Amino acid sequence: MPPEPLVWQIATVSAIRGETERASSFTLSLPAWRPHRAGQHYDVRLTAADGYQAQRSYSIASPPAHTGVVDLTIERIPDGEVSPYFHDVLEVGDLVEVRGPIGGYFVWEPALGGPLLLVAGGSGVVPLMAMIRQRAAAGDTTPTTLLYSARDVDDLIYRDELDALAGDGLRVLPTLTRAHPPGWTGYARRVDEPMLAEVLAALGPDPLVYACGPTLLVETVAAGLVNLGVPPDRVRTERFGPSN
Amino acid sequence: MFDESTLDANAVAGELEVLFAVEMTAVVGKCAHCGNEAAVGTLRAYVNAPGVVLRCSICGEVVIAWAWTPTGGRVDRSGASWLGQPSGAAPSAAAPSEA
Repeated sequence: MPPEPLVWQIATVSAIRGETERASSFTLSLPAWRPHRAGQHYDVRLTAADGYQAQRSYSIASPPAHTGVVDLTIERIPDGEVSPYFHDVLEVGDLVEVRGPIGGYFVWEPALGGPLLLVAGGSGVVPLMAMIRQRAAAGDTTPTTLLYSARDVDDLIYRDELDALAGDGLRVLPTLTRAHPPGWTGYARRVDEPMLAEVLAALGPDPLVYACGPTLLVETVAAGLVNLGVPPDRVRTERFGPSN
Repeated sequence: MFDESTLDANAVAGELEVLFAVEMTAVVGKCAHCGNEAAVGTLRAYVNAPGVVLRCSICGEVVIAWAWTPTGGRVDRSGASWLGQPSGAAPSAAAPSEA
């Protein structure tokens, strides 16, 4: 069966859920919904009255099993062209132009196995959450560690859900780079090579790695893992560009 | 060679799919400059220009570039010796199968 062409369609915002102060999840109902793979994204296009267009890519947060809809978790970038529109203007029932699902490299499904090391910086957790949700929905037990860098506890997207999903082979290791609550026993610094070495040692040999976040974080992770002996073809990256 | 504004080709996967009519980031290519063989998704993307430039993650040379003209997209992929499906790759919903 030849692939269907990638075309723009008009989605309806069917729900909006605040995740953190800066991030919200937008449920989009799609007239031409197609099944997606965890890790894929949608392109979003806004068109002004004068014809000016702005386009961004946003990762799918929901697992593939949700037919007819996708959840996009979007962080509000103060000087952004698209994300402030989502956060400040869009309401349930509004229409937005999207195309997708897109991508086939930065994807995971249970058949690809593991052990799985997921490394996120900020909203880079979104495509990794789709993988974690799919793993859980499928009853998959692939040993999985999420190393998740955020500014502080309140900036951890999906915090309650991750707490609930932890166990059954899933470890969630937040590292807080700016502030941490009293009594915090987790990591409290930027991701570095010694941290990666500790996480890898606990995960087991020949991990499959997905790293997503600001470019500098992803560079640190990719270079650190190579130094630690992880084959480059086992490391898949998605760079966001500068951190906000 | 790369700076903090560098993206991965995944960021322009939608444009690639429109240009090639197939999901491209899982397609493997060989860099014509250094011989590195890797998925298109590993290429570094530069998008702050009139067109898009994808560079080899190893040598930094241009592998694929394109620009949109009033009549459609025009792709220069002379920096790739070849592009093809990875051997033994997991089947992709969007990519053509080898069967």
